[in-house]
Amino acid sequence: MEVTQVLLNAQSIDGTVRKNAEESLKQFQEQNLPGFLLSLSGELANEEKPVETRKLAGLILKNALDAKEQPRKFELVQRWLSLDSNAKSQIKACLLKTLSSPVSDARSTASQVIAKVAGIELPQKQWPELIGSLLSNVHQLPAHAKQATLETLGYLCEEVSPDVIDQDQVNKILTAVVQGMSASERNTDVRLAATRALYNALGFAQANFSNDMERDYIMRVVCEATLSPEVRIRQAAFECLVSISSTYYEKLAPYIQDIFNITAKAVREDEEPVALQAIEFWSSICDEEIDILEEYGGDFTGDSDIPCFYFIKQALPALVPMLLEMLLKQEEDQDLDEGAWNIAMAGGTCLGLVARTVGDDIVPLVVPFIEENITKPDWRQREAATYAFGSILEGPSPEKLIPLVNAALTFMLSALNKDPNSHVKDTTAWTLGRIFEFLHGSAVDSPIFTQANCQQIVTVLLQSMKDTPNVAEKACGALYFLAQGYEEVGPSSPLTPFFQEIVQSLLTVTHREDAGESRLRTAAYETLNEVVRCSTDETAPLVLQLVPVIMMELHNTLEGQKLSSDEREKQSELQGLLCGCLQVIIQKLGSSEPTKYVFMRYADQIMGLFLRVFACRSATVHEEAMLAIGALAYATGPDFAKYMPEFYRYLEMGLQNFEEYQVCAVTVGVVGDISRALEEKIVPYCDGIMTQLLKNLSSNQLHRSVKPPIFSCFGDIALAVGEYFEKYLMWAMSALQRAAELSTHAAGDDELTEYRNSLRNGILEAYSGIFQGFKNSPKTHLLIPYAPHVLQFLDGIYVEKDMDDVVMKTAIGVLGDLADTLGSPAATLIQQSLSSKDFLNECLSSEDHMIKESAEWAKLAISRAISV
Amino acid sequence: MAPHDLRRPFKRAAITDQQKRRELSLLRQAQNRREAQQQARCLASSILSLQSPVPESEPEQSDIELENASETEQESGALSKDLDVRRASKLRGPEARNWFARQLMLPEWMIDVPDRLSQDWYVFARPAGKRCFVVSSNGTTVSRQRNGSILHHFPSALPAGAKTRDGSGSAQSYCILDCIFHELDQTYYVIDIVCWNGYSLYDCTAEFRFYWLNSKLEESGACNPPSHYHKFRFTAVPVYNCDQSGLYAAYTGVMPYVKDGLLFYNKHAHYQTGNTPLVLVWKDEDCSQYVIDTDSKGEIPSQQQVVLELQDDRKLVTSDEPPVLFGCLDGDIIEKSGLHSGNLLRFAISDGGLSFVDGKLEKADLNYLGKANRARAFADTYSKVLFQFMVRHSPLKIDDLLASINSPDDQENNSSDIEMLLNAPSRVTTV
Repeated sequence: MEVTQVLLNAQSIDGTVRKNAEESLKQFQEQNLPGFLLSLSGELANEEKPVETRKLAGLILKNALDAKEQPRKFELVQRWLSLDSNAKSQIKACLLKTLSSPVSDARSTASQVIAKVAGIELPQKQWPELIGSLLSNVHQLPAHAKQATLETLGYLCEEVSPDVIDQDQVNKILTAVVQGMSASERNTDVRLAATRALYNALGFAQANFSNDMERDYIMRVVCEATLSPEVRIRQAAFECLVSISSTYYEKLAPYIQDIFNITAKAVREDEEPVALQAIEFWSSICDEEIDILEEYGGDFTGDSDIPCFYFIKQALPALVPMLLEMLLKQEEDQDLDEGAWNIAMAGGTCLGLVARTVGDDIVPLVVPFIEENITKPDWRQREAATYAFGSILEGPSPEKLIPLVNAALTFMLSALNKDPNSHVKDTTAWTLGRIFEFLHGSAVDSPIFTQANCQQIVTVLLQSMKDTPNVAEKACGALYFLAQGYEEVGPSSPLTPFFQEIVQSLLTVTHREDAGESRLRTAAYETLNEVVRCSTDETAPLVLQLVPVIMMELHNTLEGQKLSSDEREKQSELQGLLCGCLQVIIQKLGSSEPTKYVFMRYADQIMGLFLRVFACRSATVHEEAMLAIGALAYATGPDFAKYMPEFYRYLEMGLQNFEEYQVCAVTVGVVGDISRALEEKIVPYCDGIMTQLLKNLSSNQLHRSVKPPIFSCFGDIALAVGEYFEKYLMWAMSALQRAAELSTHAAGDDELTEYRNSLRNGILEAYSGIFQGFKNSPKTHLLIPYAPHVLQFLDGIYVEKDMDDVVMKTAIGVLGDLADTLGSPAATLIQQSLSSKDFLNECLSSEDHMIKESAEWAKLAISRAISV
Repeated sequence: MAPHDLRRPFKRAAITDQQKRRELSLLRQAQNRREAQQQARCLASSILSLQSPVPESEPEQSDIELENASETEQESGALSKDLDVRRASKLRGPEARNWFARQLMLPEWMIDVPDRLSQDWYVFARPAGKRCFVVSSNGTTVSRQRNGSILHHFPSALPAGAKTRDGSGSAQSYCILDCIFHELDQTYYVIDIVCWNGYSLYDCTAEFRFYWLNSKLEESGACNPPSHYHKFRFTAVPVYNCDQSGLYAAYTGVMPYVKDGLLFYNKHAHYQTGNTPLVLVWKDEDCSQYVIDTDSKGEIPSQQQVVLELQDDRKLVTSDEPPVLFGCLDGDIIEKSGLHSGNLLRFAISDGGLSFVDGKLEKADLNYLGKANRARAFADTYSKVLFQFMVRHSPLKIDDLLASINSPDDQENNSSDIEMLLNAPSRVTTV
């Protein structure tokens, strides 16, 4: 096959030609994969061929080796590994050869493909000569090939995990890379490629960073590179410093003074991309110290892996003035550009992180700046002062901040409505929001808001909601936190007198012509939700009045016919906001009997609307509508049965949505809600639901986070339908057993441990529901054959010692449920288990109330099972 | 390799409201699941604690249940229609009714004086009113009468009894109290405690339960006057050791409530659902307005009436465990009136009365009147029939009770009992 022409056609502007070309490439790939890959690699390596076809050939090759979706990726890896080894050798030879091509696009593409192949083969101990052959040439090659080789090493380090490459080779890679970076390298492209390669290779340098001499050398070369005349090298070098700051924080002490000098110079003098990286270095140090201080409470405790070196605290007197200077470098209209990121924004963000790191110490350094600038005629100064104020509101103690806030509040409120500059108003609204977020609420002792200023605050915020979209959006945000602060206020909220006005204003905002800008409509609905969530009994009648209003809004979204795809997306987004709002209202009104009683007269209509929202889409279900239905099912109880005939197909559709796994997870949760609401009435739908859930469990395309909730859902269903669950018992139990075995396999990182615990919890909740569901039925004997396995599972969890409190509580509860349901026939088994002795005793003496409670229950149930 | 994006969130909250909604949903679901489990377990522990299975009653018959003639609860059936049974305790329909019907510990009537009254028993004046179960959980409190119908649904200061700012209304805890609602002062008088803050007290002695009740109830703030988050006041009834002064205090003492007889609790008895001889009720005209049973119009019938259950073999029995046989019903009546086994039937005790041999019922002169009120769930107990019979013929008097306390074998050391009531005895370690 003449692949060049096809590849050219595949980039044709003529759609038909393109489609045909893509079709024939696909056929080629399906009919003869090795031949296909070979001809692509040949094309890439061939200096005679046009650059576009070489690039595309490389790209298709890369896509034949890797994919984003895990299952697809796995499939591609298996396919490559099973390929004929001759073909593979030829392909790899072509790739390596391309690295010395004079055409830079071809080299660069080959670098990436080589890294992908290495990513597959090195973990399998294949292609052992790769790194050696790359390194052997690096010193002899012409500059362009050297650049490509370094770039390949960089990509390779990105693809391959450090444990796959032995230390000897790591040392060689680092040596080659650091040499390429050093000032003695005259070729800019080589030096840039080496610097970028180091960024990826840093993860491999654990051993080297533990060696003082090697570390000193690497650090020196990196710092020197920050002074290169080439801006891209300086930027890449600072990127390395940022990465080092998080990966090797504990090794930085000897260099921090020098780094401060380098970064300060870059921040003040260098071009913006470099300056941004220099600021990011300090933001990253803040991230590290915040984490360390949070985890260890600031003490050098015995179990502390990494001590805090208090770099930020030491740098404070120089760092803060530098950051404040940056605040004055705002761009016009940066608030209107969603993607904007500039030195002023980075400086303010870093200042906020510094405040979180050092707390009170930052206040005296920033207050003079605020005082000096906040009333200046230049908007930049007023904005910078306000931004500085807003940035330090999280971190320092309320005692330190509240006097400042009290002194500034009136000024800020007036600025929000009266400052002539929109940028200043935007930042003022944001700062007010931060005040409400961090200094207002039941946790703060001396309230900033009093009967006296409440009226003024609300009036100013509502007025501000009529401002430009970006300002109005921040005002909504401020109101959100104002409402949240009164969440636990008791029967009477200071916001009650303004409730109606606030709701009305928010609804007005949602109808603004320009509500689509700056996320304004979303912010207005989110704020409305929070206002409803935090409302009290006093305003329940007003929340009830909101129901038909939101229903009407939702109804209106259903009217449009023949929408363009853009309009359809907007419709769907608006429906999401409205369903979200209804969900919050349902949950609020459903939580107290009198309001629920009145609310329920809307239930039929609301459900009708949700069903119509579902009908707007053909293939997927609306996640927000699904969430809202869960809340409705909970509020409705057994009467929900009447909606099931119509709703069921959407439920099934949601369970089948593997792609948007959030939707699938939400739907699984709703199945639980419906089980509890319907109880036996769910039986007619159980066949379908259980079949789908079992299918989901066995699929490797479904995101794994959905699987634990599916098991919990088994428990919900079993508890709801009781002995009727017999029909599914065998299937469910075998799925549970398989998962139980998986969940006990070998340790892993924290993330894996967390997943295993969530899996265990799901499995245990399933067992719990099944045992309790069968209780007092004549069929409990059906469960006896499973008892040994369940007890073994419990013992296993206990022995492994890595369960969290939730698992502990659920596990010991299952022991009780088993004893309770099976009674004396299981007595001997129970008595033989470790769980009934050591595990139970440990739980009985637990500090955790919930664990103790479950353990008491288990003890009671066991004593009965044994005594009968 | 392109430079890495280093933009950080700017003037934005870290979490979206949608994510918040998702998380709140998950939280609610987890809580509901916990409650469902909790309830399944609760149901279990109560069913298990029955000594032997109780015959099933027709669900529709249990809508209204007259515990005794003093309680006029006819109106309560209507309430249960509207308010769904799940709400308070998430049990399923017929299960819930059965559950509540069987949850209360029901006193036998005192037909003779138990031994060791002064050592082993407490006494208190029973408040007149509706006997009910008060369950607080998940931020709300529900009181249910014996038939499962809801009396009130309200916030209370009991643990988990109201949605309050400290979050104590979470689903982790719940309480079950045995109460009598006293209309006049709108107060729940707590006569016993079954669960407190998630801890089951079923298997604890009355001695411990009363101690626990006295200390915890006060502590919780439930005894405070009504307020927004606490709609009804709860009060523990004064409990006395059943010595001479205690009995006298309970009988004649001024109580904040209208009395309806005396209740006697055996100190060592666990909370046992259903009828138990370890709790006894006794009444006379001086401490109760309702000594002799009235009919549905509130009038005292000229002849004593009893409700008995018809069994397969035409036998008429009481609701005791095991049932006490009162006689057999004529086959003709069964056929004519279309009766079948399980029916509850009303009889008058005719002039022949009841006759006993060796303290056991030998013969009852019964006259068939008709089916019992549809609302009845159970037949009368033997002790109730006998007590009513004695009240009409030769009542057990307060003097008889006092005399038994003063009898020689009942006089030894009864001084330390009050202390025992106040300080949890160390051997009680079941909680």
